[in-house]
Amino acid sequence: MSEFLDGTCDQAMKRDLEKHVNECPNCWVVFDTTKKTLKVFKGMEPKELPSAIRDRLMNALTKKMAAKKCEHSHQDSHEHSEAATS
Amino acid sequence: MPEPAPFDEAALVARARSGDDSAFGDLVNHYERRIFRLAKNITQNDEDAEDVLQESFMKAYGNLDTFQGNSKFYTWLVRIAVNEALMKLRKRKTDKTVSLDEQLDTGEDTLVREIAVWDDNPEQRYSQDEIREILDKAVASLEPIYSSVFQLRDVEELSTEETAEALNISVPAVKSRLLRARLQLREKLTRFFQRKGDDVFAYL
Repeated sequence: MSEFLDGTCDQAMKRDLEKHVNECPNCWVVFDTTKKTLKVFKGMEPKELPSAIRDRLMNALTKKMAAKKCEHSHQDSHEHSEAATS
Repeated sequence: MPEPAPFDEAALVARARSGDDSAFGDLVNHYERRIFRLAKNITQNDEDAEDVLQESFMKAYGNLDTFQGNSKFYTWLVRIAVNEALMKLRKRKTDKTVSLDEQLDTGEDTLVREIAVWDDNPEQRYSQDEIREILDKAVASLEPIYSSVFQLRDVEELSTEETAEALNISVPAVKSRLLRARLQLREKLTRFFQRKGDDVFAYL
């Protein structure tokens, strides 16, 4: 049924299912309402993050980025001092 | 004002990998809400979802060097987030291992109980905020193994293969869970979306 909804099932099965759905009222309802379910959800944008959560995320990342930069500059200065002593 | 530049994931990842932190910041801005939604679907609470959100981006940032570029950055990021979220669940249920591979299916959850016709555009009966709340709650009430597949496949429109890769499950598992998720959601939404029809007159 998922493949029928997505239009990815093969032609013969599609024909059979279409025929059945058009003849069987219950199946028609289930098929139609499932199709509508997909339509309302498709592309639904997620909610904005609560600002407190976003701030904490950004703080944590900024710290991590600064730590990485710091690590690199230590490595650089280490390399420089090694170069100077050799 | 100039139009904002279109989002180019591959270019931002390349810049971030070469040390451009502002490019990584753009990736965070673009994906933070989706990662939070996914984390919340799996952990089912805000606090754990926030931890997962932070940990995921920290790990992604720290491991950018190891990102191969064979898959999309987002698929890779989802995989990190899913692992983090599952670790949260494991900590909560120490007696039990947790994975999205577990088979919890009894089949009962996909029984069709509601056979009622819906309006053509049933969502139009509600305001934007109301509809979002209805949809969010419906997805949140699904088991994580269904809601995560549904979010990636039907909301964000990833392919079956990408979804399988991101969640670290098989393609047949994606397909069967997707069908179950779709049918369960249909069932849950019927209450809100069924055509009022003749019943309306009963209230007049």
